[in-house]
Amino acid sequence: MNKTIGKPINRVDGRLKVTGEAKYSGEIPLENIAYGVIITSTIARGRIKHINTSVAEKSPGVIGIITHLDAPKLYARPNFGHEGAAGEKLAPLQNSTIYYSGQAIGVAIADTLERATYAASLVKVDYVVETPLTEMGKERDRAYPIEKFVEFTVEFALGDADAEFAKAEVKIEATYTTPTEHHNPMEPHATAAVWEGENLTVYDSTQYIFGMREGLAKMLGIPHANVRVLCKFIGGSFGCKYGLWAHTPLAAIAARQFRRPVKIVLTREQMFGLVGHRSETEQQIKLGATPEGRLTALIHQGISQTSIFDEFVETFTTTSRTMYAVPNLRTAQSVVPLNKGTPTIMRAPGESVGTFALESAMDELAWALKLDPIELRLRNYAEVHPARQVPWSSKSLKECYALAAEKFGWSRRTPEPGSMRDDRYLIGMGMASACFPMEHFPASAIARIFADGSVVVQSGSQEIGTGTATVMAQLTADMLGVPVEKVRFEFGDTELARSPGTVGSGTAASVGTAVHGAAKAVRAKVVALAQKDPNSPLYGVPEPDIETSQERIFVKNNSAKGETYQAVLARHNLEYIDANFDAKPEEEEEFAKCSFGAHFVEVRVDPELGEVRLTRVVGAFAAGRILNEKTARSQISGATIMGIGMALHEETITDPHTGRIVNDNLAEYHLPVNADIPPIDIYFIDEVDTHVNPIGVKGAGEVGITGIIAAIANAIYHATGKRIRDLPITPDKLL
Amino acid sequence: MVNSDNLNLLLKVNGTQHTLQIDPRVTLLDALREKIGLTGTKKGCDRGQCGACTVLVDGRRINSCLTLAVMYQETEITTIEELAKGDELHPMQAAFIKHDGFQCGYCTPGQIMSAVGLLAEGCPSDDAEIKECMSGNICRCSAYPGIVAAIQEVRQMQPNL
Repeated sequence: MNKTIGKPINRVDGRLKVTGEAKYSGEIPLENIAYGVIITSTIARGRIKHINTSVAEKSPGVIGIITHLDAPKLYARPNFGHEGAAGEKLAPLQNSTIYYSGQAIGVAIADTLERATYAASLVKVDYVVETPLTEMGKERDRAYPIEKFVEFTVEFALGDADAEFAKAEVKIEATYTTPTEHHNPMEPHATAAVWEGENLTVYDSTQYIFGMREGLAKMLGIPHANVRVLCKFIGGSFGCKYGLWAHTPLAAIAARQFRRPVKIVLTREQMFGLVGHRSETEQQIKLGATPEGRLTALIHQGISQTSIFDEFVETFTTTSRTMYAVPNLRTAQSVVPLNKGTPTIMRAPGESVGTFALESAMDELAWALKLDPIELRLRNYAEVHPARQVPWSSKSLKECYALAAEKFGWSRRTPEPGSMRDDRYLIGMGMASACFPMEHFPASAIARIFADGSVVVQSGSQEIGTGTATVMAQLTADMLGVPVEKVRFEFGDTELARSPGTVGSGTAASVGTAVHGAAKAVRAKVVALAQKDPNSPLYGVPEPDIETSQERIFVKNNSAKGETYQAVLARHNLEYIDANFDAKPEEEEEFAKCSFGAHFVEVRVDPELGEVRLTRVVGAFAAGRILNEKTARSQISGATIMGIGMALHEETITDPHTGRIVNDNLAEYHLPVNADIPPIDIYFIDEVDTHVNPIGVKGAGEVGITGIIAAIANAIYHATGKRIRDLPITPDKLL
Repeated sequence: MVNSDNLNLLLKVNGTQHTLQIDPRVTLLDALREKIGLTGTKKGCDRGQCGACTVLVDGRRINSCLTLAVMYQETEITTIEELAKGDELHPMQAAFIKHDGFQCGYCTPGQIMSAVGLLAEGCPSDDAEIKECMSGNICRCSAYPGIVAAIQEVRQMQPNL
């Protein structure tokens, strides 16, 4: 039988998704469900003086209103980077203090959504209003430096970057700014809480069911064994469904208090306040180089926003410690606390906006040196990890540059800005490198072969649309020699084997290693049964001589001598046979592990209107073994398009006086739509990486959003001669 | 005080008559999802800005979140649940799977209903025009290239659809 790994097979959950049968968290049918609507603060700083729920409580269908005056005790959880972390270190409804606009201050529960929504509108709140801190630039005096954020290095120095920059013959020094951005998955966060005695079941749109269980249990002050979290389908997340936010504990306390299941689904407006965002950044880059284009110094430093009560860092300097061979390197970051919510991880947190700065600066250096941008990058190619001075587990970035440049037709580009035209339009071509570190988390899985020959493999992971369910079925099918259709991957339930959150592009590597190990272990069990059984054609055949294919185990090169899994199980009177596997990342630090890539972009700029249209995007990527060419391509393409949004469209605007978000809807927060997107050609470089994990996977979920913003900005410079260092690159900035 | 006395309402969805007693404030989308239990139609924004709630009313695509259920008596409402005939997928559903025109799947029913509606309107042949006609349906996973490829395939397969 043909192996499926690497092939562009269709998603195993495709049918459920195209027929509408897939049930997302807010869609689970539950008896006697009540609807909760969260009430949010309309000020950004101050406190609640009075909150009057008396009219709301008398409104038809209302079951109850919970505010800080009567909410049960909830225990605050640390934010990010801890087991069972919350999105913010602020248990909801515990006091009257307001830290940001859109903060949860109550929840209205009624028998229908309409009645709950109306009741929420009837709650009257009087505030003591204080002047909020809303502008990062104005509050920069409040910035404080960060040495390390969770386990991520932030402050770093190699050699003497400042001295070397001062005496460099060629210098680039520039500041790049990026705005607040919101994830906006299409499915708003949804949760439904059901109590049975002391036990709580939560159907929640979460990227991390085990983290949710841990965090929720601790916030409620109950044993985590009493909490079960399920998430079978999730309508996108991109980071904002990783932590525990207010709606989940609020549904849990309301369901307990009113003794019936409670469902809370956020409104789109609430998605702009209750569930995190990507912080704005202000980044300064200094590059020092020789006239031949060798980097002598790289300094990357700057500020991002955090909330008043939490410390979250958009780690935008990561790629600067990874990308280029530079002997003198310094990175530093500070955060500025503002009356805004706690930022959170958003697809390639740090690397997406960080590569905008770094890869724009490299383009600026290429212009200064009159060097081709690819040539400049090759002259500073990092053969070892520059900050750690260890070799790469694998690195095919040179191949990415070469392949993407050839497919794009880079050689047709004339270097001078404004030199390429199509009628009245200015044409520009730009490129940039892409890079994302490989993450590997502990994960467990169980594989089970049933008497009828069907196979179930289980791991308490999540399928956020990345193709997890499909590639796990493929890994199992190939190991056991059965068709993918015979394998069912079960996930999204804390009753299953423990798995990590779906973050850091790490699921294929982490859960994949566990699934691969479990499938291998169950295969070995079946083989062992056959080997010891005089009635088996495989009696006494040594393991290395045994192969699996066509749902059978047989002697290599002699497929007639063998039998089916069913036959083995039937003879031993087994309903099923199973094996589990706990996969732990190797602790060895001898290799640096990253996925790499190169983006090439062509833009068409209207010189009179400043409108930028992308006409072509070509990318080549090396991410270890690609498990499924179709879903991996969609990952990279989707991330690239999210990057196009960041480059040209997306920006959350806060009113500086009130701290209220002005464009908290999808008409005014501009996500890329179909008409914005040109043909996107993605190529993969085959990579065999034997160091990362047994399946050779490095991860493809985020590398596509790195570099793309700079590639677009660089193309716009090539088209217009205007260097835009402030995102998004809207027409007004080009006029 | 808003009057939320329930109204009797007859909604014909996917050929089946549903007798509902509902609050006049219930949108067509919420009637489908919360009252009838047809959750294939999705709520992404509740403001007509994302297209996840697209259904066909008398063959025409509309945003079901932006209109009230009480306005749709005596109409034929078609949702994603109606497209496949038993095991046999609608060509558009099959094409979305083949071209990977989705990832998380949440906007997908709306995309597919919009695409089916577009074919009925007379689908343009040009990629750029198809993209324009599909730009009321946002996909944050950004499966846009696959969506266009799927529509092109079905358009070419069934020019008279």
